Amino acid sequence: MNLTEPVEQDLVVRNTTRPAWAVLGERALEILICLCGISAIIFVLGIFFFVFKEAFPVLANPKFSLRQFLFSDQWYPTSELHKRYGVLAMIAGTFSVTALAMAIAVPFGLGGAIYISEFCGAKTKETLKIVIELLAAIPSVVWGFIGLTVLSRLIVRWTGAPVGVNILNGGIILALMSVPIIVSIGEDALKAVPDSYREAALALGATRWQQVRHVLLPAARTGLLAAVLLGVGRAIGETMAVLMATGHAVHIPHSILDSVRTLTANIAAELGEASAHSTHYQVLFLIGILLFLMTFAVNLAADLIVRGVRRK
Amino acid sequence: MSHSKQNPFNAKLGMAAAALVSAWLLQSGCGGGKPAIQNKGSDTMVNLALAWAEEYSKVCPQVKVEVSGGGSGVGIAALVNGAIDIANASRDMKPEEIEQAKKNTGKEPKEFVVGYDALAIYVHKDNPLNEITLEQIAQIYAEGGAITKWSALGVKIPGSSSDEIVLVSRQSNSGTYEFLREHVLNRKDFRLGSRDMNGSKEVVELVASTPTAIGYSGMGYATPGVKMLKVKKTPADPAFEPNVANTLNKTYPIARSLQVYTLGEPVGAIKAYIDWILSDAGQKVVEATGYVPVPASARVKP
Repeated sequence: MNLTEPVEQDLVVRNTTRPAWAVLGERALEILICLCGISAIIFVLGIFFFVFKEAFPVLANPKFSLRQFLFSDQWYPTSELHKRYGVLAMIAGTFSVTALAMAIAVPFGLGGAIYISEFCGAKTKETLKIVIELLAAIPSVVWGFIGLTVLSRLIVRWTGAPVGVNILNGGIILALMSVPIIVSIGEDALKAVPDSYREAALALGATRWQQVRHVLLPAARTGLLAAVLLGVGRAIGETMAVLMATGHAVHIPHSILDSVRTLTANIAAELGEASAHSTHYQVLFLIGILLFLMTFAVNLAADLIVRGVRRK
Repeated sequence: MSHSKQNPFNAKLGMAAAALVSAWLLQSGCGGGKPAIQNKGSDTMVNLALAWAEEYSKVCPQVKVEVSGGGSGVGIAALVNGAIDIANASRDMKPEEIEQAKKNTGKEPKEFVVGYDALAIYVHKDNPLNEITLEQIAQIYAEGGAITKWSALGVKIPGSSSDEIVLVSRQSNSGTYEFLREHVLNRKDFRLGSRDMNGSKEVVELVASTPTAIGYSGMGYATPGVKMLKVKKTPADPAFEPNVANTLNKTYPIARSLQVYTLGEPVGAIKAYIDWILSDAGQKVVEATGYVPVPASARVKP
């Protein structure tokens, strides 16, 4: 204790000798950076508050049944005879498209990340990284357009499906959109594993596959999971591309060649016409809350998994 | 020195410029006061509205017309909120929308019929079907309708093992969707599970790439990949092709008017623009984009 005291005093003395503008400037910068940090929380809370405020009145509406909302596939928001607001078909649509996209994107994405980080040469690595970044930069409407025109024709030719815009199409398009994210973040996670781990594994006589399987993947699991989660996030949240590629049909799918509609695409397609504060408008915000809860559940589950893995 | 010498060419140019400026100043045909006109609405009419805006920029370069689509419902909603000057709609404004507009802006919406459109029923070009009745369309598209297979219409799609009719429809903010619901489905709801496209062009594109599909859109969107069916009111009536003549003499059963709405009686640049749309030059654009112009005798100008 005694040893540190003089040093502290010394610091204080030096601080007072600094010009006032430097002290003030530093303070201002500190506040600014602090605000940047807090702003994320403020925005999340703000968005949550706004979405809740717009959706809440419908829950209090006696004519609206939450049960029907969640468990009916009848979506007739503009009917003149009998308005019905059931989103079951769209929940099924969102889940099926996201699940297929992940089933394709996760192996490809993680495989790509492992290859780029561990196996390929420096030159290939640079080229691959640039191309993958380019892939990530393609706007989602362009993906949707590719799904609607190119991929749909290929699907009809290969599978004999009557329509080319369906879960398979949407899943492939979403997978192509998530792979670059999974690869770049996954590659960063693998790169962050210290080289001493690799050296130790090699020194113990591990093959490269054993090194990846037993050393690198467990060491980088948190980062890899984050990569997969961001990929899932992109897949669930994507709007324009799925709107065009899935066929936008309210229909509970029976096979991957059926057309579906996702929750996000439905909001995007209908919010513009719903007159403000009508039931239709409020129900669309309620779908927003549903999406919020779904992503929240995915993140929470992932967090718990990571914690579980760590405790082991 | 050179100033004193009158250069005949310069003089002519100066005079021409002066004449142009005075002509521009005197010109009242473009209206005044508003440099940009906001125009939004029907997807059926978006190509037409863009063509008008482009043509009008040659007539009145100082007036800018900004066009966007989104659907009749979107355009009308924007007009009701006072966000735009002119709404394009391929359906009539509903009484509650008019009420809402009066409440929000204090002005009554004014309607101008600017053209006609035949709602064509599209099938793939290889589909052997040539005619359809209104009742059949309703049975295909309405909730609980009886027709879900091509065999029910007596046709077999060549080169396809599937008999199921793939329904292609529009999103619910589309004026075309509402027109079909009101005039063909008798206000019944659409069958769930149709592929709801967000534009007329997308409907035609999907039908063109799907041999077992049926879709509906304005006749202006026809492409070589699709076929427009002849439509008859009842099985006993003759079938009519969707074309200009049949639309004007009202023999084609599912034709509709295309209209624009303004808030209150249009004035200044907006009035000048609608006047021009309803002039021969504006109506020529209607014909060129595949729709049916309003006959000179039936035009109601602001």
